Amino acid sequence: MLSDADRIFTNLYGLHDWGLTGARARGDWDGTAAIMARGPDALVEEMKASGLRGRGGAGFPTGMKWSFMPKQVGERPHYLVVNADESEPGTCKDRDILRNDPHKLVEGCLLASFAMRAHVCYIYIRGEFHAEAQRLQAAVDQAYEAGLIGRNACGSGWDFDLYVHRGAGAYICGEETALLESLEGKKGMPRLKPPFPAAVGLYGCPTTVNNVESIAVAPTILRRGAAWFSALGRPKNTGTKLFCISGHVNKPCNVEEELGIPLRELIERYAGGVRGGWENLLAVIPGGSSVPVIPKSICDTVLMDFDSLRDVKSGLGTAAVIVMDRSTDIIKAIARLSQFYKHESCGQCTPCREGTGWMMRVMNRMVYGRAEPEEIDTLEQVTRQIEGHTICALGDAAAWPIQGLIRHFRPVIEERIAQYKSGRTMRPLPMAAE
Amino acid sequence: MAEDIGDGAKAEQFAQPTGFAFDAVSEAEITKVVAKYPPGRQASAVIPLLYIVQEQMKRSSGSAWVPRVAMDAVAQKLEMPPMRVYEVATFYLMFNTRPIGQFHLQVCTTTPCWLRGSDAVTAACRKATGIQGWGETSADGMFTMTEVECLGACVNAPILQVDNDFYEDMDAERTEALIAALRRGERPPAGSMAGRQGSAPEGGPTTLTSLDAQPAE
Repeated sequence: MLSDADRIFTNLYGLHDWGLTGARARGDWDGTAAIMARGPDALVEEMKASGLRGRGGAGFPTGMKWSFMPKQVGERPHYLVVNADESEPGTCKDRDILRNDPHKLVEGCLLASFAMRAHVCYIYIRGEFHAEAQRLQAAVDQAYEAGLIGRNACGSGWDFDLYVHRGAGAYICGEETALLESLEGKKGMPRLKPPFPAAVGLYGCPTTVNNVESIAVAPTILRRGAAWFSALGRPKNTGTKLFCISGHVNKPCNVEEELGIPLRELIERYAGGVRGGWENLLAVIPGGSSVPVIPKSICDTVLMDFDSLRDVKSGLGTAAVIVMDRSTDIIKAIARLSQFYKHESCGQCTPCREGTGWMMRVMNRMVYGRAEPEEIDTLEQVTRQIEGHTICALGDAAAWPIQGLIRHFRPVIEERIAQYKSGRTMRPLPMAAE
Repeated sequence: MAEDIGDGAKAEQFAQPTGFAFDAVSEAEITKVVAKYPPGRQASAVIPLLYIVQEQMKRSSGSAWVPRVAMDAVAQKLEMPPMRVYEVATFYLMFNTRPIGQFHLQVCTTTPCWLRGSDAVTAACRKATGIQGWGETSADGMFTMTEVECLGACVNAPILQVDNDFYEDMDAERTEALIAALRRGERPPAGSMAGRQGSAPEGGPTTLTSLDAQPAE
């Protein structure tokens, strides 16, 4: 079990002062200029050595991403853009950073921007996080007033400007290039890669887009050292992580733990266990809505990290654990996600625009069993035709939940179809609140 | 002629205003917002300006929405073709392109909220307002009910967002009580309706208990 002394987000629940005084008492903004004095390349190397993998879902090594930025600033300025468009169903971790520990993010923005030779950073926050955006802006204002950012930030000699930019309700803007389009004042439609943002990003300039959590842990890593961070977790899955445990647990909550904690321990120790006990568990979506569902038999033993979950054909994603007990109509639970992806498809790529609607309609029939058994295979094949055939990963994200459902719960779908055919019309299970 | 806007809802007739001018409050906001972006990149401010429009409409008419003439005003302000502004205003869900009620009830029904009883919240909204379908406004003009996708507060599900405020850990009873309070002109504080501390588990945190930090102001 992770000790409180090794937790980074020590005001996760907002029990203490979110402001500069409280943040300083928790160790933020301590010796920031001295960290910067090590030089940009040393910071990138330290981040690489920490093994931090991006906390936005893809798990790409953060230090390596930083190293893709040009080493010299040419005619075009560099930008850091922080992705605070937290919208992946099940995920609500960045929200706690934004409202309760905003100075960790602000300090991280300065350090990361300095490491990538950017003088300007934008934080793109989802529009619905109105209160969180106000809180974050207040923290930015405090940092300016205290000379921590702005001209000669922290007395380091580095000029740094930080701006908060609100989105307006579009899941797709969590995709990094859609986010850049949106920030430029356009519809949030993803760009073809290459060129990658590190070469051609915001306003055509070298840009890195990082998740809130990735940036907010950077100051602590740089202060306490890569060796401290990489000693936590498991090899190639280092450090601590914010987990969001929602759904059919007795006490839903967010918690910071080491990567690699067993799923069962995470649920039972922190979230009060599965409603009705562990044996009442049906399935878990372990990393936000985009990753395939896993049945109880896998949940019994699986560890919560990138590689362990990949090995069971799912993923850590954003570490948003959606728990479903045996009262759940699993077909309906996944069909609702199909509706989500249909709603959020930007419509740019045909397989996604047409496919998400098609999948949703078939899934909605499957909820009632109004389908032929062979349509299960057709549905599976269509998911394969969408996956990997779109500009961004939204097509994949729409396909994977259905693939997970068919992989693990095919008998449930078949039974529903058989019931419908036999005239014993199966109504979707009503969902009780408690 | 009623226009079908999907979700089974029928649009009511509504009039587009014939003119729009930014007021002093909005103009001051605009100056601050546009300064965030590099020279020549003022198009970046299109979303902020549409918010400013929506807020001004709320102030002036009681309904937070973006009429087409206001989109034209944004286009003129940012030196963009009007079509580019229309594209943005219709792409992003948070801009209401038709008038809405005094209170905007936004029910999250995505899977994490559904697992925790968003159907009951929806039913309670219908019962308390008389609204039948998504996107409709109550006969008294007080409430518009919209189905929204994941709001990003899933460990406090289900969520009912009223205008900008998240009401968390909802159920039918709390929903009806909240709507009754809004009718009385009260605005209960946003957050957990179960009295939870943020995203901490019910009953209080089980981590971060050994730390000696400054209490919240």
